[in-house]
Amino acid sequence: MKILAMDTSNQPLSVAVLEDSRVLATETVTVEQKHAAYLAPIIERLMATSGVKPADLDRVVVADGPGSYTGLRIGVTTAKTLAATLNIELVGVSSLQTLAANISHENQLVAVLFDGRNDNVFAGVYRIHQGVPTEVTADAHQPFDQFLETLDKAHESLIVLGDTAHFEDRLVAQLGDRVTVLNPVFSLPQATQVARIAQQLPAIKDVDGFVPRYLRLTKAEADWQAQHPKEDGHSYVEKI
Amino acid sequence: MARTLILAFETSCDETSVAVVEDGHTILSNVVATQIKSHQRFGGVVPEVASRHHIEQITDCLNLALEQAGVTYDDLSAVAVTYGPGLVGALLIGVTAAKTVAFAHNLPLLPINHMAGHIYAARFVEPIEFPALALLVSGGHTELVYMPRIGEFKIIGETRDDAAGEAYDKIGRVLGINYPAGKEVDQLAHQGQDVFDFPRAMDHDDSYDFSFSGLKSAFINTVHHADQIGETLDRSNLAASFQQAVVDVLADKTVRALHDYPVHQLILAGGVAANQGLRERLASEVAGIETTHLVKAPLALCGDNAAMVGAAAAVAFEQGQLGDATLNADPSLDFDYLER
Repeated sequence: MKILAMDTSNQPLSVAVLEDSRVLATETVTVEQKHAAYLAPIIERLMATSGVKPADLDRVVVADGPGSYTGLRIGVTTAKTLAATLNIELVGVSSLQTLAANISHENQLVAVLFDGRNDNVFAGVYRIHQGVPTEVTADAHQPFDQFLETLDKAHESLIVLGDTAHFEDRLVAQLGDRVTVLNPVFSLPQATQVARIAQQLPAIKDVDGFVPRYLRLTKAEADWQAQHPKEDGHSYVEKI
Repeated sequence: MARTLILAFETSCDETSVAVVEDGHTILSNVVATQIKSHQRFGGVVPEVASRHHIEQITDCLNLALEQAGVTYDDLSAVAVTYGPGLVGALLIGVTAAKTVAFAHNLPLLPINHMAGHIYAARFVEPIEFPALALLVSGGHTELVYMPRIGEFKIIGETRDDAAGEAYDKIGRVLGINYPAGKEVDQLAHQGQDVFDFPRAMDHDDSYDFSFSGLKSAFINTVHHADQIGETLDRSNLAASFQQAVVDVLADKTVRALHDYPVHQLILAGGVAANQGLRERLASEVAGIETTHLVKAPLALCGDNAAMVGAAAAVAFEQGQLGDATLNADPSLDFDYLER
């Protein structure tokens, strides 16, 4: 099975081409912010290097959130369009779980967080089970303090990955030597890990309906829903 | 000769559209998913909400466009996409999808200016004869574009502040009309008289530039002043007075441009080109100019749609104006200003 994998959730950009579990080519860039201009050329180059043509692909996998809304949409649009246009399998993987997959120590608890601004985080907790991160608490957008409390209640040692720099002091103050903040290299998303996690997941049935896991409503929609609690949130888009 | 089939994408604002156009002049399909009802909740387009809707719709519109056209990827000659101007997050969905389809099927990619697309909606009425002049009026733009020859677009005048469509939406709000207000204000205007004589900004100015913010303010001040003294103004007269001022300025500048730049065709395009008051006025003005005739974009193609992008793309395809995998959205893309 020929697989194209990508992660564009945050500033790093990672792409991999695989044949089953074998990595044919991979590239990860952290200095380039313009995923819109760089994702497609990197995909084309890696596929050419691997000798894989678009028509050879069997599956496309993508880290589908949480993360930067625009970044996520570039990866997800690329992935769902490829799946739709080539009629191949599509799989979405949590962007937080993707980072947790950088840890392989069996039974290890791994907390992953992305900065959500205003002292909020997009965060989830995973446990490494047979080499793969399995969900302990679901990915959610929440105040950092609330997430810290969740971690404190775990009463066991844990590794924290993601945008740790900004939160490290408070993590250590609250959790003491139960917390380990690793070198940033472990917080680098790898498309190869997206593909590895996806091996255990079924293909998405509704490719057209596939959208990023934003884990957060837009402010306009949240305000509107608060003012209109009885509206059922039906589709507001219509074909004319 | 083999037919040229272009698959076109348009996601610059609040419509997700995918079309298949044959030889630049025949629409095989033109799927348009509009988000208007969603943004009406907020009184105007919310960019992040627009981007979210585009990604929900994009592949469904793509599949439908091919299905309705009765063609497969093997039949296509090229993939075209609007890459600007517009909302950057919205544009990126179309650009990313178009690049992906072009790569997946090894097809040429044609980056298209949204405004060229609006002008080429007229191509579905008749072939464009050069030189031509276009009056482009929409929610985001108001400009006079001179086209000396095929594939060349030069701005000779544009709005210095609000676009005409934007002014319609803003005064619509004062009249209690939700976005997009153009159609309802137009209908209301036909029931009233121009009794308020709002200012025609820059009407006698040398340039071909427009300004609508003074008109908008005069309108709002008139209504607020009446409110303060407990007077209720006739809504249809307000709408008629506003529309007359907009149409006067657009028509006067356009007619003057037609005298300075003799052309075969005047093309009326963009969302506000659906305005009946404007269509009627320009028709009567152009009737008096022997060498020029008016080509109005079809009503159904005045708003944003991918068919118009496919029509403009046929020219880009012929001229070999190809894009590549590095193509990015350009939210402030514009034609060059004509040097005078």
